Amino acid sequence: MKHTISVLVKNEAGILSSVCDLFSTRGYNIESLTVAATIDSVYSRITIVTNGDDVVIEQICKQLNRLINTIKVVELPKSAEKCIDRELILCKVTAKDDVRSEILRISEIFGAKIIDVSPDIYTLEYSGDNRQVMALISLLRPLGIKELVRSGMVAITRENQFINLQK
Amino acid sequence: MTAEQVNKTEKITGARMFLECLRREGVDKIFGYPGGVILHIYDELYKCDYIKHYLVRHEQAAVHAAEGYARITGKPGVVLVTSGPGACNTITGIANAYYDSYPLVVFTGQVDSKLIGNDAFQESDIVGITRTCCKHNYLVKNISELPRIIKESFHIAKTGRPGPVVVSLPKDILTAKTDFEYPEKLNLPGYNPTYEGHPIQCRRALKLLCEAQRPVIISGGGVIHSDAWKEIRELAGLLNIPVATTLMGIGTYPQDDKLSLGMLGMHGNYWANLAVSNCDVLFAVGTRFNDRITGCLKRFCADAKVIHVDIDPCSISKNVHVDIPIVGDAKNVLNVMLNDYESGKYTFNTEMRKIWTEQINSWKINCPMRAVENGIMSPQSVIEHIYQQTKDKNVIIATEVGQHQMWTAQLYKFNRPGQFITSGGLGTMGFGFPAAMGAQIANPDALVFNIAGDGSIQMNIQELMTCVDYKIPVKIAVINNGYLGMVRQWQEKLFEKHYSQTNITSPDYVKLADAYGIMGIRITKEEEIDAALEKAISYNGPVIMDFIVEPFEMVYPWVLAGKPLNEVILSNKDAGLGG
Repeated sequence: MKHTISVLVKNEAGILSSVCDLFSTRGYNIESLTVAATIDSVYSRITIVTNGDDVVIEQICKQLNRLINTIKVVELPKSAEKCIDRELILCKVTAKDDVRSEILRISEIFGAKIIDVSPDIYTLEYSGDNRQVMALISLLRPLGIKELVRSGMVAITRENQFINLQK
Repeated sequence: MTAEQVNKTEKITGARMFLECLRREGVDKIFGYPGGVILHIYDELYKCDYIKHYLVRHEQAAVHAAEGYARITGKPGVVLVTSGPGACNTITGIANAYYDSYPLVVFTGQVDSKLIGNDAFQESDIVGITRTCCKHNYLVKNISELPRIIKESFHIAKTGRPGPVVVSLPKDILTAKTDFEYPEKLNLPGYNPTYEGHPIQCRRALKLLCEAQRPVIISGGGVIHSDAWKEIRELAGLLNIPVATTLMGIGTYPQDDKLSLGMLGMHGNYWANLAVSNCDVLFAVGTRFNDRITGCLKRFCADAKVIHVDIDPCSISKNVHVDIPIVGDAKNVLNVMLNDYESGKYTFNTEMRKIWTEQINSWKINCPMRAVENGIMSPQSVIEHIYQQTKDKNVIIATEVGQHQMWTAQLYKFNRPGQFITSGGLGTMGFGFPAAMGAQIANPDALVFNIAGDGSIQMNIQELMTCVDYKIPVKIAVINNGYLGMVRQWQEKLFEKHYSQTNITSPDYVKLADAYGIMGIRITKEEEIDAALEKAISYNGPVIMDFIVEPFEMVYPWVLAGKPLNEVILSNKDAGLGG
C-alpha cells in the first residue's frame, strides 16, 4: 500500500542523509523522494512516497519524528478530496513521420506541452497525479520513449489544512 | 585561564570557548586522547584549572568510561578525541551508549574546514559515520554557532530518551576568535520529548491492571533513567503484582522481595519467563522488547493485553503489539496511576492474585544453575562469593559480555538501581573495565568490581595503566575458563561441539599485574576465593584476580534464540522444558 509522507525539516546540511539513512537502516522502501526549501528558507519540505502496512508506516512516521531536525511529520490522506498530489515528468519520444501526429494528439488529450523539438525527438513536459502520469507513459511507451525523467511526487492538503511550523 | 569566567564581550578562540561552554554545562571531568587537530583545545586544557582530563590508552575506552561515569552521576559523560582514527575508535562506545540510552557528548576533532572532503590526513566523516548510532550529531561550520551547538548537545543528550551526541570540531574553528556569549535559551522546534503520560491512558492502564487476573510488570532500563524505581515498587506492592526486570532494569526491583521474579529473557529465571508467558495483562515500563527478552515474538504474551510506558514513541508497538500505549516519563506516569489508585475507586480480586502467586511459586522449582559438578571451582561459585563478600558494601558491579555477565545478572542479588553496569543492547565485550573506571571516578568511595571473562578483559586491558596513573582502585575478577564461553556454549549445543576459534589463551594475569605495578592474585580452588577477595577489597589500588574455573560450565536456564520463552533448557540433559 502506497503512502505519502510530508516532512517539514530544518534546512540544514545532513538532514536529507539522516532521513535516507533512517530508511536504509531500518529497511523501509522509498518509492520517491522530493526535497526543496519552503517559503521560509530556514525549512525544507521532503515528500516521501513509501509503501508498507499500517504498522510499518506508523513506525516510519515515529522514527522520522524522532530525528532532532524534523519539525513536523504528516502522513497525507489518500483521498483526492483531502489531498492533491502531482508529479512532473519530462519525456523524450521518438518522433518519426508516422507517429508525430499521434504524439501531438496524445499531448493534446493530456494537456502535455511539447517543450523541445528536433527532427527525430519530441520532448514532452507533463504534470499530473500518479494515475494520469502512468496513463500518459503507457500511451507513449509504444511510440518509443527514449528517455524519461520523473520528479517524484509532491503533495499538498486541500483547503484549510496546513503542514507548517505549528507542531 | 583560571576559574575567572570570560567576560561576555571578550573575543576568545574556539578552543577556549569550548572549555568555557563545558564549564557552563557543569562539566568537571572529561575522558580523552589528544591528537593533531585537537591540540589547540589540549593547549587550553593545560592552562585550565576547572576540568580534569583523564588520559586513557584507547579512545574506545574513553567513551565507555564516560558512559560508566554517566551511569553513576546521571550527567552526560564527556569525551574529547582527535579526528580520523581517534574519532573512528569512538564508534563502538557511541553505539553502546545509544543502545543502552545513556547520555554522552563526544567531541571529535576534524581537519581544517577547507580540507574537509579532500581525504586529508586523519580525516574521517564522523558525522556521516555516526549518523545511525547516535541521538544527534553536529559539524561546527562557524565559530559563532559553537556555543549554541554545545548547549544543544548537552540538552539533547540528557533529555527525553537519553543518548550520545557527537560534535565534530574542525581545526580552524578552534583557532578562530569571536565574542563569547553562551545562549540562555534553546531553540529546537523539532525536539519536544513527551514527559507527561496521557491521563486517560494512565487511568485505562490502572483499570486494566486492577481487572487482571494474572498480571506481570516488566521493569526495564527506562525505570533507572526516569528514577521511577520507588514508584514501581509502590505500585507492585499496592496491587500485589509480580515484577520481572530486564537485564538493563536489574536493580529497579529488590531481588529478595516476595513479588520479585528476577530477570526474564534468554537467560532469565524459569518462573519469570513462565509468568510472562502465562500472564493476562503485561505492564511494561521503560523496556523496548528486545529479542533477548521476548524470544519468539509471535508467541510472546500472545494472549495478554499489553500496557507499555516509554518516553520514546518509537519503542511502542515496534516489536510487540501494544493495547494501551503511554508515551511519557515513567515516574510521571506511575505517579498519576498511584494518585488515581488512592482515590479508592479501584479494587482488585485478592483471591485471584493469590492463586496467581501460588501458581508462580509452583514454577519456582529447584532450577539447577550448575551444569558440571566435578570439584573444579565453578564460575558461579566465584560470583556467589563476590556477592557474599560485597553485598553489604557500597558496591558497583560492572561486567563485560558473555557467560560471566549472565551469571552475575542471575546470581548477584542487586537491590538498587545503578549498582549493575553492563552492556545490554550492543553487547560490547571490553565495555566493563573502562566503564568500571568511569564509575569509580564518578563515585570514588564505592567499591567497584569488574567481573570479566578472559576473552572480554583482553579487549580493553590496556586501561590498566590508566587505573595506575589516576589511582583508580577497580577490582577485576577474571572468570578464566580459557574459552569465549558464551560462544563455546552455543557451539556445544548448536554446532556439534565444533569449538571453532573459541579456545582463547590469556597472558599470566599475575605477572601482568606485576608489570603494571598492581596487585595480581591467582585463585584455583574454591577454598581460596574468600581470602583472595578479602585481600583484594582491602588493598587500596587496582587488583586483577585470575579465577581459573571449570571450562565447560553452561549458562542455564537458556531459551534458544527465536524460541518462545516457555521453552526453557534447564540442564545439559534437558531438551527444552515446556511450560
